[in-house]
Amino acid sequence: MTTFLELLVNGISIGAVYALIALGFVVIFKATEVVNFAHASLLLAGGYLVARLHPLVGFWPALLLGVSAAAVVAALIEFLIIRRANVGSHSVLAIVTIGVDIVLTTELTRQIGTEVLAVGDPWADSVVRVGGITVAETRIVALVTASLLIGAFLLAFKYTGWGVAMRATAEDAETAALMGIRLGRVSLGAWAVAGGLAAVAAVFLCVFPTPGLDRSTSLAAIKAFPAAILGGLDSTTGALVGGLIVGVTEALMSGYQNDLAFLGRGIGDVAPFLVMIVILLIRPAGLFGTKEPARV
Amino acid sequence: MPVTRLTDLTVGDLAVSYGPVRALGGLSLRVPAGSIVAVLGANGAGKTTLLRAVSGTLRFHRGVSRGVIEFGGARLSGLSASAVVARGIVQVPEGRRVFARMTVEENLRAGGLGRPRKAARLARDRVHELFPVLRERAGQRAGLLSGGEQQMLAIGRALMAEPAALLLDEPTLGLAPLVAAKIAETIREINALGTSVLLVEQNVAMALSLASYAYVLEVGEVALEGPAGELAASDEVRRRYLGVADAVEGRLATRTLPRWSA
Repeated sequence: MTTFLELLVNGISIGAVYALIALGFVVIFKATEVVNFAHASLLLAGGYLVARLHPLVGFWPALLLGVSAAAVVAALIEFLIIRRANVGSHSVLAIVTIGVDIVLTTELTRQIGTEVLAVGDPWADSVVRVGGITVAETRIVALVTASLLIGAFLLAFKYTGWGVAMRATAEDAETAALMGIRLGRVSLGAWAVAGGLAAVAAVFLCVFPTPGLDRSTSLAAIKAFPAAILGGLDSTTGALVGGLIVGVTEALMSGYQNDLAFLGRGIGDVAPFLVMIVILLIRPAGLFGTKEPARV
Repeated sequence: MPVTRLTDLTVGDLAVSYGPVRALGGLSLRVPAGSIVAVLGANGAGKTTLLRAVSGTLRFHRGVSRGVIEFGGARLSGLSASAVVARGIVQVPEGRRVFARMTVEENLRAGGLGRPRKAARLARDRVHELFPVLRERAGQRAGLLSGGEQQMLAIGRALMAEPAALLLDEPTLGLAPLVAAKIAETIREINALGTSVLLVEQNVAMALSLASYAYVLEVGEVALEGPAGELAASDEVRRRYLGVADAVEGRLATRTLPRWSA
């Protein structure tokens, strides 16, 4: 039972981090209808900067710089590539983002080399014991931070002018433009927010008990794809629920993999994708996705 | 009161094509400041294309235009849709296109995002005055409104930008006659406050009763134009668009007979 609770808490915590990544993914999709496969490289870029900068300026300034830099890189991708690519279909743009991802990831991998970089967070390897359950402090901070960021995002999405413009554009871009909403700005904002969220997620993917940031960190980001897709690619609620489902599934399957030996080692890494496939078989648009994307 | 900018909207020799398909071939028209001008014509005559060209949304449909569109002497051709709105021209698109998943209040807000907060609040109060139902339903999802209410919302949303010129694409389409009459009345009120109106309609009788001048489009060209009163009285318009046959009824009947028997 204790093991189960520990796994559950860890799963929810990592799930909240996946939700941050998936949320950015969904925001970009809603604002521009582009599936952004460069998301993993944005995350790696943010994490890399934090890891490189923290010995020079300390953790918090490094975090701020890393998050801003990831937002700027994302905005630049939108401004220099996505906006200018005069292609007929959004699927073509999705393939363009694969290209961007490969370029960025290759360069970052070259920079990182074989090192494992610490992100220099102040929580290190402290643990908290509550009623027989032992949880790493980093997991609790991750959960709290992710919840706060997601909450702030949802409030902004609901109440600010930016949020109204985003939702109007997501629902009907042409009519939003007719109302004077500047689609370029909406799209730029969406990319920047997504980049920033990915950088925060990067830090929490690299803290204890993970050894640190290495070139495989972007692979962890790949798990946010099933989170976004099983929740429904155009639903913010879906991203949150999807993130939690993936996090908990992964934690439980990894934790009990000795009891599930017949499934082979590493089932925890595969499980999120299996869950995604099962959910898509039952609900093709994801749990909260719009059933039939209407094309007017 | 909305700021009245005394500006004419002029379209000169406008040609639009979607790939190989020509939608407009050299169309010219003028909406004098403060007037209501109607554009009539059957489906496919190019009415909606004309509005897209003015509003700068042809690019959403891969349309290419040539010709001059000017508002108060400044060129609109080539501007983005939001820049056109900033110049004071706002369109209410065909089919209302309210943001169905957003509330009535949020729809209005979306229409006034380009304005300072205080100006937007004043504009919303005026819209509420014009359409009290939008105040009553402020928190309701726009998709749950009736067709007439959605049209009011679409017009109200456009008015949030306090346009100098309002482009209306088939505002009475699919509405019950009483509701359509109410919309027509509102259009007259909006115009009386100083906003020019370019009204695209298939409801010819209604359009001609509101407008001072009208153009009839046929396959992308102006087939007929003149003061609305004259057009309403002209035999050709009455026969072809108003479904009135008058004295020539008998002749028409015999002429149409072969078609029925075919």
